[in-house]
Parts: sequence; C-alpha cells; structure tokens
Amino acid sequence: MSDQIESVEDFSARAKAWLEAGGLPKRGSARPAPAAGDHEHETDGMEIWDFNRELQKKLFAAGFAGLCFPKEYGGQGLTREHQLAFDDLTVEYEMPLLLNVPSLAICSAMILDMGTEAQKQKYVRGAISGELILCQFLSEPSGGSDLAGLLTRAQRDGDTYVINGQKTWSTNAFAADYATCLVRTDWDAPKHRGLSMIIVPVKDPATHMNRFRMVNGANEFCEEFFQDLVVPAENLVGTENDGWTVGQRQLFYERQAVGGGSPYSSGRAPDRGSRSGLSMEEVARKVGKAKDPATRELVGWAHAQDTVNHQLIKRVTVGMTSGEYPAMASSMMRLAHAEIPQQKMDMMLEVAGDQAVTGLTDGDGFLKSVGVQYLMRQGASLGGGSSEMSRNMISERVLMMPREYAADRDVPFKDVRRGR
Amino acid sequence: MDLELSEDQKLFRNTTVKFLENEAPIEKVRQLNNAGEGFPREFWSQGAELGWAALLVPEDLGGGSISGDGFKDLAIVAEEFGRLTSPGPLIAVNVVIAGLVEGAASGPDHTEAIEGLMSGESIGSWAVYEPNGHWDPLNPSTTAAANAGNYVITGVKDRIEVGAEADVFLVSAMTDDGAALFLVPADAAGVTIQPVDSLDFVRHYATARFDGVTVPAEAMVGTVATAADITERMFQVAVALQCAETNGVIDKVFEFTVQWAFDRYSFGRPLASYQALKHRFSDMRTWLECCMATTDAAVQAVNDRDPEAGRLVSVAKAYVGTKAVQIVQDCVQMHGGLGVTWEHDIHLYLRRAMVDRQLYGTPADHKRRISDLIGL
Repeated sequence: MSDQIESVEDFSARAKAWLEAGGLPKRGSARPAPAAGDHEHETDGMEIWDFNRELQKKLFAAGFAGLCFPKEYGGQGLTREHQLAFDDLTVEYEMPLLLNVPSLAICSAMILDMGTEAQKQKYVRGAISGELILCQFLSEPSGGSDLAGLLTRAQRDGDTYVINGQKTWSTNAFAADYATCLVRTDWDAPKHRGLSMIIVPVKDPATHMNRFRMVNGANEFCEEFFQDLVVPAENLVGTENDGWTVGQRQLFYERQAVGGGSPYSSGRAPDRGSRSGLSMEEVARKVGKAKDPATRELVGWAHAQDTVNHQLIKRVTVGMTSGEYPAMASSMMRLAHAEIPQQKMDMMLEVAGDQAVTGLTDGDGFLKSVGVQYLMRQGASLGGGSSEMSRNMISERVLMMPREYAADRDVPFKDVRRGR
Repeated sequence: MDLELSEDQKLFRNTTVKFLENEAPIEKVRQLNNAGEGFPREFWSQGAELGWAALLVPEDLGGGSISGDGFKDLAIVAEEFGRLTSPGPLIAVNVVIAGLVEGAASGPDHTEAIEGLMSGESIGSWAVYEPNGHWDPLNPSTTAAANAGNYVITGVKDRIEVGAEADVFLVSAMTDDGAALFLVPADAAGVTIQPVDSLDFVRHYATARFDGVTVPAEAMVGTVATAADITERMFQVAVALQCAETNGVIDKVFEFTVQWAFDRYSFGRPLASYQALKHRFSDMRTWLECCMATTDAAVQAVNDRDPEAGRLVSVAKAYVGTKAVQIVQDCVQMHGGLGVTWEHDIHLYLRRAMVDRQLYGTPADHKRRISDLIGL
C-alpha cells in the first residue's frame, strides 16, 4: 500500500471522540436492537432493519464503515487490528450488527473478491454505505450440504438470464435488496461444472417469498420460488459455468464469518458467549447454586471453553494468513464454534435445573430462554454448513485423507440420481 | 507450538530437538526405565549448558533468554520434552528457580542456590503435596516452628517430582504467622526420602519426611507476606509448562496416528478412507489446535506477568488436561490392539500426559479455580 495508514492508536482516539460526541446512540437508549444471532422476535419486523441501515449510514458518513474493505469501494482500507479496536470501543453503542452476516462478511466479501468493477462499485459500496442489504440464495429443498447438486436453472436469453426454481434457508432475505444466487446453466456437464453465480434482485414480481419459523420462534429464514425471473446478464459474477469457483469462495467467507474470524464484520454482541443473553454465572446465582462445587466446575469449564474458542480463532487466523495452514483450516473454527456453544447449552440446562422449562411465578421468565435456547441446540452445528461437512473438510483438506466416494462424480448432471 | 516464533527461537527449537533426539531418543527412555533410572545427571548438565535452567533467571544473576521472553523460550523446550517423553527435571527445577527469583525482592538472598540450579549442578523440587491431601499449597500441615533464629520443619511431603534425585527442596510449610516457603537441603539432618512408584517412565516421584529439620531463618524464600504471590507464580510456571509439554505429547501422538491411518489397510483400503474415523481425526485435529492456542495465550501471559495469567493458566490446564488424554486414548483406539501393548510407544505418551494432567491441580480443580477467579 502506498499511503501510510493511520495507527491503531490514532484511529481509536478518533473513533472514541466521535462516539463520545454522539456518533452512535448508546446501547439500549434508542429503540432496543437485539444482538446479531439472537432469536428474539425483534428481528422479524422491518423497523429493526431500517434502524440498522440508518446506523450503517451514520458509520459510512463518519468514515467508520467497511473498515477492512478497500477505499475504492467505500471502505477505509484499514487492518483487522483497527477493526478489533473498533469492536472494543463500540460495545456500549448500538451497532448495525444485522448487516454483518451475510451482507458484509459473506456477500460483499465475495463480490469484492470475484466481481467485476461495476459489481463492486454497485454492491460492495452499496452494502458498506448502508444503501443495500445483500443475502445468499444457495441451499435448495433438495440439498444443503450437497450444494453443487442444486436444481434452479438459469437460461441465457439475449442479454438476460431467465431463472426458474427455488431456494431455501435464505437468512434475512426478507430484509435484503439483492442476493448472490447460485444456479445451473449447463445440465450436460457434471454437477460442479455447470453452475453460475448471478446477482438477483430479491423483490421482484416473478419471485414469491415465504418466511418460515424455527423451533425457538425465530423467523429469519426465507424460501423463494422463481418463475421466469429475468435478470441482466451483466449480473453474472465470474464466468458462466464456473460458478462453483465463485460459490466456493463465498462458502469460505461464510465459514470464516460463522466461525467468528471475519475482518469484514463490525461490532460485537454484548455477551459474546451466551445467545440467550444470560451467562452461566448469572444462571448459577439465580438458581442459588453459586457455591455448589459441581456447579462451579461447570461454570469454570464453560468459561474455559468460551475463552479457548476465541483463542482458536486468533491462532488459526494467524496460521491461514501466513500460509502455514490451508484455507480449509477455517473449518476447525467452524467446528469449534458448534461444539463449544453446544456443550455450554448442555451445562446451562444442567445448572438451570427445573427452572429451565417453566417461567418463574414472579413473571421473570428468563430461564425459559435457557430451555428455548436448548431447543435450538442443533442449529449451531447446522447453520453455515453442517459439522459433518466440516469434519469432511478437515480430514480431507487439512489432514489430506482420501476423499469420500461420490456417486455423482463426472456424471452428466441430468443423469444423476435424486431422491423423493 | 507458537506459530509466530522468531528466527532465533526457531533455531533454539531445532537445537533442542537435535539434542533430545541424539541424547534421549525413545529407545533411551525405555532403557532408563528398564534400569530404574530417572535421568542421567550428565544429560541434565548438558541441558543446563544449553540454557534450560537459565531462561527464568534475570541477567544480573547470570541468566538469559533467546528472545528476551525467557518463559516463552522455556515453553519451547517443554513442548519438545513432550514430543519425546524426555527425562530430566525441566519443570521441577524451573519452578524452584521461579520461586527463588520471585522471593529475591522481599526475602533473604538465594543467589548461590539459583546459580547452582542454573548450572545443572544442583537439582531442586517443590515439596508441596502432603499425604491424603490435594492441591492446597497455602494450607500445609507441615509446620515450620520458629526457634532461636532458626525454623524447625516437621511434616511429610509427597508426590515430589525428582524427590529422590533432588539436592534441595522448596518446602511449603506453615509458620505461626502463616504459610511460607523454605529452601531445605535434601541431605539435612532429619530428612528421610523414600522413592515411590511412578506412572511416567522416567519422571520419578518421592516422599520426603521432615523430622525436626532445622534450617536458618535465611532459608525462607521471600516472606510470609509474599508467600502467596511467590506460590502463585510457581504454580503458574508449573501449570503453563505442563500444558506446553502436553502439547508436544499430543502433537507427536496425533502425527504418528495419522500416518498409521494412511499406512494401515483393512478391507482393501486404508483406515484414513473410512468416514467414521476421518471424523474422529477431524475432531482431534481441532482440539489439538485449541490446546495449542490456549497454551500460547497462557505462556504469553505468564511471560508478561499479565494480571490475567492466573485465569489463563487455569483455562489452559482445564482444557488441555481434559482433551489431551482423550486424544491419546482415541489414538490408542485407532491403533487397534497394538495400541495397548508394552512394545508400542504410545503408552509412554499417555503416561506423560497423565502426570501432567493430574498434578498441580486436575482439570476439575482448575475449572473450580476459574469460578473463583471470575468472581462467582
């Protein structure tokens, strides 16, 4: 880089001054904004999304948006250290956390990596400035883990593509403007070699969207049905039929983001460890078990594992940055990011005891959230790629063990067997 | 191992590796065990020449480090000890040195003792456990009664590393004013040493009885007022080094087990091609990375005397202690019946991982300590 970048110290001082002068509202002072990943119902409504856009616009106007994105596309061209410092400084303030995943950390990161100049200016700049929200159209009812086996088709027609099919598991698509959509453009080629990545508008008369509810009441996932959706051919990212390369890059950013190691995410949820907002210590105290040695052991173990999770991210990131570890090492972060919270949920349930399944008579139903969180336990090992797939990745791409037999390898996709 | 070693540290590590591979390969460890020996004194002296007991000693006392971060350098050596289940009182001696260095600011002078330990001529060990007791260094039953300018030490200490080879003990004992630490020669009148069976092949333990052992007042290390801080420092040094050593153990075991999985064929294909086994290897590889990461953080914190070092050391021990034996045992399983034979080297590694797990606080002890430290 030719210009000298601002030191982390100077940057922090500038950011701190801006925050103290009222750059962002203090957490809880404006309309309550739940932490990213929290499965309360506040994220269902558009108000919270509009609020996040406004926060992003404030950050952008003040020069604090897209810290690690290049300046050419609306970012600040700074380093991960700057971002981490900013995360520390903004813990007490409202931040547009909902825009991190997937809009900034996955979709914008991928377009920055693989898009055309025009696409970067429109979508990356759009996302950083708060004007646009991006999401992913990847998984389909016929397969999530076998992503490359997707069935949504895109037919080239002059200078457009016409898209038919369906997508599911589209996180927060209801609030998004554009989606990175992986489609099939060649049915004669084997599965991986007939795909294309196309940026599509989310809201279009040709697209019907449903939202569906999860076991914990969350309503963030969408499914979409495309009936002759027409998009300009210039929305193709990368080359036609080489969409798998683009998709794999996007999955890399997803693994990185879900594992907690993305430099493109900004801000930190108030309680890093607990999705219910309650720490193990709080649960232990409230049920009167703080002095019980068995409970103290569980609380200590939960704390240890949370700490290790963060330490792992730091170490694997160093390894991947230096090149000592392959890109797929990010799967280790993904795996730990499932195992560790799940063990903690198990321990929370244990400590909370009988109060985990009913509300308290004084109206404080907080422990119900321990029980509800436990209902969603497996989400941690499913969302953003299953733990089983992570284990395949680590064994095959990090340990270089022989790959699984594939019944569809090198078979023209139209001839591949499908289930019901 | 730290992914960000300097060139000097890498060189130091390579020198250490070559020395250990030449002087104490696994075959040698087995020979020592067959002969009932712990470690050759000559081997330890050579190690001392390489700086193994100088890394925690300040320069003004003749010590020195490779990188300026003496504790990080020592952790490099400890990890290599794990990789070959090496003999030698690396941890025991450095824990005593850490205590003596820590006590120097507040208590009597122990420069000569430090120099003796640093040169390899003198072997020291912390005598802190007591029969039927658990990890409780500030509540010893062993007493140190003040008497005419001396202290008289009475009690029994057990589970003393290199207890039968030590020249000097750093004894945790209770005075009238509170717990304190005393440097006691192993050959002082009234000291009786009894070697005990040890699980590790070459890390031997002993019990020491102190029957009215008289030591001068200057034998105290630090003061009663500073004893807790000195003890905490020694504890952190011991535990962080255990974690570093354990990482060498599991890194080596995992490496040869992966190789085994590639080489061993069953039903016409290698073990490494079976998904159920691949998935277990993935889990182990992830936990191994976690063990390295948390030990890096603990070692750095102890090196820097970070206020968080106490917590980070317990986080590391809780995690590494829990996962390491699980990793080794699953690696035993991967080897089939061979994994539980005397002839296979894997049990040497399991033994070392076990002693590092169980002493200086078990994972459960450290998990409870974390609760204490975070204010529950």
